Amino acid sequence: MTFLTVSNVHHTYFSKEAASSALQDINLTIDKGEFVSFIGPSGCGKTTLLSIIAGLFKPTSGTVKIENKSVFGNKNLSIGYMLQQDYLFPWKTIEENITLGLKLLNDEKKSYENVASSLLRDVGLPPVEKKYPRELSGGMRQRVALARTLAVDPKILLLDEPFSALDYQSKLKLEDLVSNKLKEYGKTAILVTHDLGEAIAMSDRIILFSARPGRVHQIFDVPEELKVLTPFEARAHPVYSSLFQIIWKELESLE
Amino acid sequence: MNNQKLHEQFLQSLRKEKKWVRFYQILILIAFFGLWELASHLRWIDPLIFSSPTKVINLLIDKISDGSILAHISYTLFETVLGFILGTLVGTILAAILWWSPFLSKVLDPYLVILNSMPKVALGPILIVAMGPGMSSIITMGAIISVIISTIVIYTSFRNMDANYLKVLQTFNATRYQMFKEAILPSSFPTIISTLKVNVGLSWVGVIVGEFLVSSKGLGYLIIYGFQIFNFNLVLMSLLIIAVFATIMYQLVELLERKLIKSE
Repeated sequence: MTFLTVSNVHHTYFSKEAASSALQDINLTIDKGEFVSFIGPSGCGKTTLLSIIAGLFKPTSGTVKIENKSVFGNKNLSIGYMLQQDYLFPWKTIEENITLGLKLLNDEKKSYENVASSLLRDVGLPPVEKKYPRELSGGMRQRVALARTLAVDPKILLLDEPFSALDYQSKLKLEDLVSNKLKEYGKTAILVTHDLGEAIAMSDRIILFSARPGRVHQIFDVPEELKVLTPFEARAHPVYSSLFQIIWKELESLE
Repeated sequence: MNNQKLHEQFLQSLRKEKKWVRFYQILILIAFFGLWELASHLRWIDPLIFSSPTKVINLLIDKISDGSILAHISYTLFETVLGFILGTLVGTILAAILWWSPFLSKVLDPYLVILNSMPKVALGPILIVAMGPGMSSIITMGAIISVIISTIVIYTSFRNMDANYLKVLQTFNATRYQMFKEAILPSSFPTIISTLKVNVGLSWVGVIVGEFLVSSKGLGYLIIYGFQIFNFNLVLMSLLIIAVFATIMYQLVELLERKLIKSE
């Protein structure tokens, strides 16, 4: 049931001063429906790897395949990408923002009114289709961004620190929501985060990267008893703290 | 209840301030014309050169009643509006081409800088010889004076788009054209509007200079003609008309701004 395969990925950034190796020898497989987190010190290339998986650019060498098809230049592959901020287009209404991906991927002329309102309900928002992003709070906007991502029914969700700009309360609520929705739709997801607690609470597997050049340092499996809980409940479980301590020590040793 | 009362007070103070601003604006206007009239009347300034409001107004009434001024106004206005729209439109299209091809924009960069620092009105004589001493060469003057600076400003705004918005579109497999249409262009509307505002003034300069050179019709022609026959009433009247219409054009651009930019 291997869904995503990353094989022998190297990536080098070039600047006038130097060529710096960002990723080296990355080999990973992720199963369908799995939730994996990338953590590691800054400069470990986790965001670079996420962008490569998203097919945004080609790695210097190596391949990334989803269901045995290369992600780069694959026009039929839909990927959901959530960023640190919502990046909702301020001149579009909430409805236009949510249906943007659908229009770009399918038919620009079609109306997707119902899609927007049912997705809004789905992510726990009141009917705000006709409002503009500036009229919503940060947490609400990130929910809209989630709705926009889910609208295109992506094969995989790539989450690039989507909760880091939120206040703590909104963050906890959104973690539960995202985790819920992913389970409900059986989506595969990769989360890049700085927050170790978030990684443990949400994931099935945690991949720890070391920096300069970015390499897979160690892989941690999250115990079954945490996986079945919601992120919020997981944070209160005793196993959570012991796993936190173990990974924390590893993280410390890398910095 | 108390809150409502405070809000009422707040609104009242706002209204009051607005009233005072208007009051002083009108006061300055009256003082300017009053002082001008007085100075001319009492010969503090030479009435032959600086004229006076009453003389200008009388001349304007004459010119309106014999109908001769309307042809000049509509001629100049048509040229200016066209020159100004053309300048901004061509500037936006050039900016889009530069955005489309980063290589081309690197190649053309020094030429844009040179063209921008060149005094475009100096091209006037060449334009008139090449295109004939008519409306088309004057409209070209009105456009050419604003096109390069519009290109540079709008292109800079295109490039300043937050790359993460483009990343979002890229994950939806958007083409470069879709990126331009969905993100680049709408995010630059505020910049395009402010270039429009600047271009209102610039295209008046281009058109008036063009009419100086062609000297057959229009407000620019009236100014140069008034200068030649030493009739400064005519010069000042034309200037006043230009001021009025430039203001109206500016107000129309502001109206467009409010219509177009909903998100602010």
